[in-house]
Amino acid sequence: MSLGYQTARSASNDRLRNLLAGAPVRIVVVVIAFIWTLPTAGLMISSVRPPDDISRTGWWTVFSHPFEASVWTVDNYVQVLTTHGLANAFLNTLLVTIPSVVIPITIAAFAAYAFAWLEFPGRRFFFTVVVGLMVVPLQMSLIPLLRLYIQLDLNGTFLGMWLAHTGFGLPLAIFLLFGYISTLPGEIIESARVDGASPLTTFTRLVLPLSVPVIASFAIFQFLWVWNDLLVALVFLGTSENVAVLTPRLQALVGRRGEQWQVLTAGAFVAMAVPLFVFFSLQRYFVRGLTAGSVKG
Amino acid sequence: MTTSAPAQTPRSSSLSRLTAGPLRVLVSLIVPLITFLVLRWAFIFMRDVEANKLLVGIVALLIGVGGVWALYLITDNLVSLLPEVMRETVRPFVFVGPALVILTTYLVYPVLRTTYLSFLDARSREFVGLDNYAFALTSSDMLIALRNNLLWLVFVTGFVVSLGLIIAVMVDRLGRWEPVAKSFIFVPMAISAVGASVIWRFIYSFQPNPLPQIGLLNAVFTALGGEPQGWLILRPWNNFFLIAIMIWVLTGFAMVVLSAAIKGVPGELLEASRIDGASEIRIFFGVIIPYIRGTLITISTTILIMVLKVFDIVFVMTAGQHDTEVIANRMYREMFTFGNFGRSSALAVVLLVAVIPVMIYNVRSLEGSRR
Repeated sequence: MSLGYQTARSASNDRLRNLLAGAPVRIVVVVIAFIWTLPTAGLMISSVRPPDDISRTGWWTVFSHPFEASVWTVDNYVQVLTTHGLANAFLNTLLVTIPSVVIPITIAAFAAYAFAWLEFPGRRFFFTVVVGLMVVPLQMSLIPLLRLYIQLDLNGTFLGMWLAHTGFGLPLAIFLLFGYISTLPGEIIESARVDGASPLTTFTRLVLPLSVPVIASFAIFQFLWVWNDLLVALVFLGTSENVAVLTPRLQALVGRRGEQWQVLTAGAFVAMAVPLFVFFSLQRYFVRGLTAGSVKG
Repeated sequence: MTTSAPAQTPRSSSLSRLTAGPLRVLVSLIVPLITFLVLRWAFIFMRDVEANKLLVGIVALLIGVGGVWALYLITDNLVSLLPEVMRETVRPFVFVGPALVILTTYLVYPVLRTTYLSFLDARSREFVGLDNYAFALTSSDMLIALRNNLLWLVFVTGFVVSLGLIIAVMVDRLGRWEPVAKSFIFVPMAISAVGASVIWRFIYSFQPNPLPQIGLLNAVFTALGGEPQGWLILRPWNNFFLIAIMIWVLTGFAMVVLSAAIKGVPGELLEASRIDGASEIRIFFGVIIPYIRGTLITISTTILIMVLKVFDIVFVMTAGQHDTEVIANRMYREMFTFGNFGRSSALAVVLLVAVIPVMIYNVRSLEGSRR
């Protein structure tokens, strides 16, 4: 019994010692996490404060009387969604983003399968080109494509945006999917062929279902990339209220209403809400996707 | 069970004979035709920006998801009609062809075209030799932009990688709180550069003296006895206030990647060093860093490439005013504000040339992995 007491005490001592030894590290990490969160917290708190309060006192002053109803309001959100047209921009962003994720994945999956499991002349050469194109800055494409788009009347259309995001996302998508699909066991693919399955059947019934993890990773990366993109949207879609997505609208608000913080803070949060939701709900896949996709040009 | 199988054979084979015959050829030709017409209609419909938004949206999703698939299925079907000798030679191109066409249109052709345009004048009419490059590399405006890009490259990459590494080592000891701490630092990565810029503009907000400061930085600065500052017009320091934004965004990313690498360091290796009496700092530099060298190099190049093309933050925060210009922002301004396509193209080429070493490295390691 005394032995048990001894071990219990020494264990708790150990834990205490570990806790104390780890204390400086813990404190530093908490401070860093606090500093990293503070900017976003300030924005979110300000977005639910009345305009006069935002411009007269710092957002941190709400903590002196947080339980008074008068310090909080949702009017800023109502205002940006209606008067400033962000509800429409939100819808546009969805319409741009969803096909811009699905189309490149489909095209890349077919291509990656061909690169991995079909024989055709130029296979190695084309794949090398794909890898080379991966880091090409998309700035190289803007002028020729804009001219092409103007000729084809594709400028300012969603279709033009989908194709542009497909083009810019494709090298990375093919590379990632190839990396995964080429490591699928050859016996499975071979046995499907022996059983008389056509390449298309092998692809849709076998390769695609097995590739779901890598497709999910790329989908999240591409989703965030398209949703958060500013440059491609500015060049090929423009800022007219009818078609513009969230990022150029928000940027235009910064330019025109740079000191109307009730508009900017609520607007920024509208633009951030979906990516943040994706972040918190799919964090594991999110990390994998970003890590895999970070090399994109 | 076994008796029913032969009974079914004649029926199914007659059915397949029917579909394999002229009917099948007909179907195989009509279906693509209809699909083509539908896609063409959808294409024109979607170009029409005046059309009902929700309707366009529905068509969009149907085409985006279904149309591309339909095209593949139909072409594959058409290939099956070809004589047997040709079939398997052509089929891979059904799979890889669309990707190659898009890559050529969206990347290969534009790269060649932009390179060509960079030797022409503002309106792409006359050949001007290296004039645009002389502008890109020697004009006083561009020298500031090049200097700033260098500042961004050095400070963002330096801070992000070293901070990310230090934080990764520290969170490794937190036990069950590790994921929570990491997600706090990683969150900014989900925020668009435009969103991050709004967040930080608010922090840098400035009010002349008697007014209360609503920007966090000026509030802290005046509380410490300083005069309120317009941080974004305070040259040359304003560059560092923009650089801080990107450090804030990317540090979590470096931390997550490096943290995964650190977890790969074998426990026995660390244990052995500790038994040998090595201090934690010596273990860090002598064991951990050499072990994760590959990851360190990868993450550094990745961040270098991201920083090289920095555009959004500068565009939203200062639009390149007050000596905060960078190459990508100038490239955009030459294109849209000044309409000088020659200079704009030359600046894009400068960015391309800067990433060519990475491109060569990637292709080399691909060749290596094939061997």
